[in-house]
Amino acid sequence: MTAASRALTRRTPLREQGIELILFLAAAIGVLTTVGIILALIFETIEFFREISLLEYLTGTVWSASIQPYAWGIIPLLVSTLMVATIALIVAIPLGLLGAVYLAEYASNRTRTVIKPLLELIAGVPTIVLGFFAINFLSPEILQRVVPGIGGFSALAGGIVVGILVTPLIASLSEDAMRAVPRALHEGAFAMGATKWEVVRKIALPAALSGIMAAVILAMSRAVGETMAVVLAAGTNPNLTFDPRESVQTMTAFIVQISLGDTPQQSIQFKALFAVGATLFLITLVLNLLSNRVVAKFRNAYE
Amino acid sequence: MTAATTSVRPIFEPQLARRKLRGTIFFGVCVAAIGLTLLTLLVLLVDIFTRGVPWLSADFLTGVPSRIPSRAGLLPALVGTIQMGLITGIVTFPLGIGAAIYLEEYAPEGRLTSILRTNISNLAGVPSIIYGIFGLALFVRALSLGYTLLAGALTLSLLILPVVIISSMEAIRAIPDSQREAAYALGASRWQMVRGAILPAAGPGILTGIILAMARAIGETAPLILIGAVTFVTYLPHPLEGGYTVLPIQIFSWISRPQDDFQAIAAAAIIVLLTALFILNALALVLRARLSAHVRW
Repeated sequence: MTAASRALTRRTPLREQGIELILFLAAAIGVLTTVGIILALIFETIEFFREISLLEYLTGTVWSASIQPYAWGIIPLLVSTLMVATIALIVAIPLGLLGAVYLAEYASNRTRTVIKPLLELIAGVPTIVLGFFAINFLSPEILQRVVPGIGGFSALAGGIVVGILVTPLIASLSEDAMRAVPRALHEGAFAMGATKWEVVRKIALPAALSGIMAAVILAMSRAVGETMAVVLAAGTNPNLTFDPRESVQTMTAFIVQISLGDTPQQSIQFKALFAVGATLFLITLVLNLLSNRVVAKFRNAYE
Repeated sequence: MTAATTSVRPIFEPQLARRKLRGTIFFGVCVAAIGLTLLTLLVLLVDIFTRGVPWLSADFLTGVPSRIPSRAGLLPALVGTIQMGLITGIVTFPLGIGAAIYLEEYAPEGRLTSILRTNISNLAGVPSIIYGIFGLALFVRALSLGYTLLAGALTLSLLILPVVIISSMEAIRAIPDSQREAAYALGASRWQMVRGAILPAAGPGILTGIILAMARAIGETAPLILIGAVTFVTYLPHPLEGGYTVLPIQIFSWISRPQDDFQAIAAAAIIVLLTALFILNALALVLRARLSAHVRW
């Protein structure tokens, strides 16, 4: 720093410093929110584990929060959550990825400017609307006619609507990843005599693989945290099952169920809400961090 | 030369036809995937409109909820959503812009800044229901706001803040450095530069981001269930007093009733909600087109 610039810095008016401080405080709210979320979850969760052993929580296979005898094994909620998320990905990966291939490799600019906003429209539909769609159309009009033995609420219906919800996310992020692949790689393959399909399959998709994986992990995280569509489509029945035709209760659905009732704030049910919230937060945090890491790796590839 | 080509042909041509056929099939599958996705959207909209439109009326928009579907109205939820959207927007606006300006124009490159940045992108991935739990602990209990519309609006503000910061940062980043240097060359201080050069140029982008985030906020249901949004409110909400409802919560309560008529008025309410979202989105588009027409570099 030269003497002149130091003199200038020193003379920075109080007003300028005040403004910088205010702006810094606005930026710091993000960190405060994170700390706040963690603290909010931790206190009641610790209270919960004073009464229920961690071992019982993590290994118990029965969850009964409203009917005595109470049981606090997270496994039924965890299995339901993962089953709904897996079904969602089974729906969303092919739809989103093939859609991304179409948008990135085949569609003309004009087609893309029509289709992309429509995909964003799906992403912007409130999840409660998809819940309505699940119980009034998807379950009675389609699933109950096609799938024998399926009820009005099912993990399958929940998984499908969540899949519809995260398809635009996978499509948009995968398209970005495929567009980031240098055109020279495509041209090289074409020059070797490859057909369009061979270029897509052997050049574009493998080169964008890490970006696509990041998109899938992010979609998984979204599916795990999805609430209203799942509550309405999959129900609130906490049984341990691997049968997607059955009604199940995900972690988010449990939180909603407890919040809707008149649960006293000192009760074990109320504390369980925070413990399940903390579990959900941890799972989505790990998935988000994983996705970030994959993206970071992907960025290094061509820069 | 001609001899070589003709001798090669019989080996490659049958293969090439098959390879191209595979390509055509794959292209068809891609188009089908996009088509199916868009078809789902179409079916969803058609289903909701055919169910809901017959129930839309002036009485429905200006009435209050009732146990009898044909008398039920939407006014408390509509007013609640408007209040919720406005408060959320007003709270998020200065915070989002302030944070984005700090991170793009002031923050020194270093550990603290990189923590702030990473943290914001991580926050954007936290499920909305977790924000509900946080709002319950902070606004409802610790700050004693109770189960009020204000507590709900503040929770939604925190929920959309990361999205607003990220979109505002992008808008600010798009401004070329020449603009900043020109301002400094005229003797502007850093804040004068931000106010005179950055904010006017980034304004449309920032505003668009905030309106889109508001659209997301008014469609949220899950966090508000934790902040005590009540499903049967027959009076207009007051931000500071308990007992409020918003459109998504009202829709949820109607969907939860088994009778077909309640499903139909839920569909009618969904049309109102979608219309509100559509208006906000259109506003964002128009604003961006209008305001950015003046900026040329």
